[in-house]
Amino acid sequence: MRLSAANLACVRGGRDVFTGISFSVASGETLAITGRNGVGKSSLLRIVAGLIRITAGEIALEGGDPELTIAEQAHYLGHQDALKPALSVGENLRFWTGFLGGKATEITAALEAAGLHALADLPAGYLSAGQRRRLSIARLLAVRRPIWLLDEPMSTLDAAAQERLTGLMHTHLAQGGLILSATHGTLGIGAAQELRLGEAA
Amino acid sequence: MSALAALLVRDIRIGVRVGGGALMGVLFFLVVVTLVPFAVGPDLALLKRIGPAILWLAALLASLLALDRLFAADHEDGSLDLLLMSRAPLELVVAAKGLAHWLTTGLPLIVAAPLIGLLLNLDPPAEAALVLTFLAGTPALTFIGLIGAAISVALRRGGLLLAVLVLPLTVPVLIFGVAAANAAISGPMPFGTPFTILCALTLASLVIGPFAAAAALRQEME
Repeated sequence: MRLSAANLACVRGGRDVFTGISFSVASGETLAITGRNGVGKSSLLRIVAGLIRITAGEIALEGGDPELTIAEQAHYLGHQDALKPALSVGENLRFWTGFLGGKATEITAALEAAGLHALADLPAGYLSAGQRRRLSIARLLAVRRPIWLLDEPMSTLDAAAQERLTGLMHTHLAQGGLILSATHGTLGIGAAQELRLGEAA
Repeated sequence: MSALAALLVRDIRIGVRVGGGALMGVLFFLVVVTLVPFAVGPDLALLKRIGPAILWLAALLASLLALDRLFAADHEDGSLDLLLMSRAPLELVVAAKGLAHWLTTGLPLIVAAPLIGLLLNLDPPAEAALVLTFLAGTPALTFIGLIGAAISVALRRGGLLLAVLVLPLTVPVLIFGVAAANAAISGPMPFGTPFTILCALTLASLVIGPFAAAAALRQEME
């Protein structure tokens, strides 16, 4: 599987955010998107996720399911955690697993991997920012999708959780997945390609 | 289909929990209708005559009450992004949310209506006719409201815009809902004529609402 983009441009609110962005990521590879604030890291991820219309250029996926769009084969982990405070931790994860078409049997394992098993019955409104982020990450584990689009996944996580996420990303890559991640720090993944926005253009 | 079922169950669950819109809508309905006899005075004949209109107006306002949170809540917590990326068609996702909203806010009104009818001196046949018009007409209010909720999704004070956008569109439903209820009570028109048109309005809105709302949500992505 190979996800590639050629000459992508993004215009938001009448302003050119970036132009002429190209990249190519294959199964088992990671693309780290870096650059200063406002340079369009999140916009680039949202374009790949199909949440912002492409102004120019194109994105192609080789070797994926031809019946599905790129967005339908991807997980998007944005700044917001897509959790409902009125529902419990388990109910939140059960909903996304059901909605995204995963198996209910994966839920317990995903909660354990995220270190939230003991909190399954707690309303999500009581979770800390880091725990909310971990519950969001559990969604990526409960439903298998080959493409992970992560927007600063390490923010709000403590050192132990960051290490755990790195391990999960390694597992995902080993299973033939690919990762696009916006980041300021390091992802802890050895051979990541780096796409530096705001300098080439 | 399982995706839509999961969404339906989640939205109903959120609606009936503390802070959900379900109970607020019914309470608002009760308060508005209860105020009318105090304002009009104890004129039983007058109350009986304007009863269906009062109940329909109150139901219209009550169904608008929780509508502005329908997509805005999902937009704020990022759920809407994932709904937009879904493998299920967005039109059906929107329709499932509309159905859940009607089950948690429209259905309780229908259950409460006969009780409230007593306050307005309605007799049992009139109440039965009224419940029937509510059952046929309130889904139209919700599904027309979907369009306004989708258009105002990203606005901070979207509730006001929503009311301005949606209320004019609900005028036909109001006219034929009240006409059918009145026809059953006092005649001279047969009940079937306005009631059939009310059903037609609901069926049309069940189709147009999700498509228009989905188109509006896609437009918001810009």
